[in-house]
Amino acid sequence: MSIVFYVIAALSVAGALAAVLLKNTVHCALALTVAFAGLALMFLELDAQFAGFAQILIYIGAVAILVVFAILLTRGSETPKDTVYSRNWIVGLVTAAAIFAMLGWAVLRSAPALPHESAAPSVTVMDIGNALMGRYVLPLEIVALLLTAALIGAVIVAMHEKESAK
Amino acid sequence: MIEKADQIFVILAHWLVSFLPAWLQQPAMVLLGVVAIIVTFPALFAITVLLERKGLGRMQNRYGPNRVGPYGIFQPVADGLKSLTKEDIVPLSADAVVHFLAPVLLVVVVFMGYAVLPIGRNMTLVNMDAGLLFFFAIGASSELSVFMAGWSSRNKYSLLGAMRAVAQMISYEVPLLMSSVAVVMITGSLSLGKIVDAQNQYTYGLPHWYIFTPWGFAGFILFAVAATAETNRSPFDLPEGESELVAGYFTEYSGFKFALFFLGEYVGMLGISGLGTTLFLGGYSAPLQVLGFVPSWIWFFSKIMLSMCVFIWVRGTLPRLRQDQLMNFAWKFVLPLSLLNLIVAGIWRFMGDGWLRWVACSTILLLAYTVMARVGMKREHFGPRSYRYAE
Repeated sequence: MSIVFYVIAALSVAGALAAVLLKNTVHCALALTVAFAGLALMFLELDAQFAGFAQILIYIGAVAILVVFAILLTRGSETPKDTVYSRNWIVGLVTAAAIFAMLGWAVLRSAPALPHESAAPSVTVMDIGNALMGRYVLPLEIVALLLTAALIGAVIVAMHEKESAK
Repeated sequence: MIEKADQIFVILAHWLVSFLPAWLQQPAMVLLGVVAIIVTFPALFAITVLLERKGLGRMQNRYGPNRVGPYGIFQPVADGLKSLTKEDIVPLSADAVVHFLAPVLLVVVVFMGYAVLPIGRNMTLVNMDAGLLFFFAIGASSELSVFMAGWSSRNKYSLLGAMRAVAQMISYEVPLLMSSVAVVMITGSLSLGKIVDAQNQYTYGLPHWYIFTPWGFAGFILFAVAATAETNRSPFDLPEGESELVAGYFTEYSGFKFALFFLGEYVGMLGISGLGTTLFLGGYSAPLQVLGFVPSWIWFFSKIMLSMCVFIWVRGTLPRLRQDQLMNFAWKFVLPLSLLNLIVAGIWRFMGDGWLRWVACSTILLLAYTVMARVGMKREHFGPRSYRYAE
């Protein structure tokens, strides 16, 4: 655990907290992007170049933009007059705490089961490519098919609306 | 002597660093590289802006700037001083924090892309295994700063400009990536250094640049189109179309923040030219083997300045596209062609040496281009001009 880790962790946690606590929805989306960036830096700090860059490319380049677009197109960017927090926040808090506890328990329990490796495994982008195209080619193709179907479905939904509006 | 001239900056950096204690040398080298990038590219930006104003003036039968210094060559200095001394106006209803962060984020992101570009032999700041991926990941973040600028200004022109810019950048990012993937497929590496090495070979004194292959030529054209759109340059400059949107997403910026946007845009153009040079034009390698004695960095900088000249030329020549034309062009023409180009690159790779693959690949690409252009033209129903007004 180096000092870099603590800086990145503080950044991600601060971004995530701001995403929940800020009132303006667009500010929340931008804060969420900070959290995404923090996670990407965490991957890079762990020498996982591909995961880190993919995180930046997909989450900051696409997902954040999509979130922001959705907020603007649905007129959610106006700050509500009264409080934005839900009234039964205590239920949410309990649920979140329960999920966190379960995940933490699972992670802590699984740590001794893993083989102790002295050095971090070095995985290059080429290894990931070989694995995706060799051993995991079937899951990759299934995901690709699913995404294509989703894309076509989205286009059809959008086209239908346009015709009925005219 | 030739070797010395080629490596002059590397030698200089090592000499400067050698005065420091051993534990400081590594960080100092990195710092020197960063400083060199931050000094060089804004200087090129100043030259480009002058070149653009003079060149556009020439194309439009006027003088261009000619008051400051001989032939107006000190105009960039005057512009810089002006923007430094101007008042920084933030609109009352603007979101001050986001309004301030947007230009800063843009400039930071744009400069980070240079970290992986091989500017000359042994002149890459970070020789990353996944350099190309890094460049695109960083480039994707600049969309966010455009959105931040447009949204935080609380101005309808800014917001419209930002929405247009983001939609355009997302649409053209796909063909940009796809046309680069063909290069990765042939080279077998995402490292920009290795991509340049693969092109830095000669047969009969002629270079092995990817642009001199059928798929590489098609890829380069697609890349150039997508890069022009990605940097919001004319004819794809709808996000800042001054006849419609004042100045697009940076309407509400003044003084040095405006200058930062300007700088970010041009430095981004230089960066993407550098990437295109690296991918298709052989990076820092000489165009002929006999010209190998000229230092490698001179070739890199000449190539990117040449592509800037093409950018300026295109801006002076083509009128602006319409929004629907822009989107149709991206999704119905550029993207299918770049997908086809991937397949052609695969065919090229597995057909082996010989003239047959030249014929096969060129035929497929030419046929697809002709058929798609014909079908697209037929579908447009060109008739007498009609005017539609905004509803």
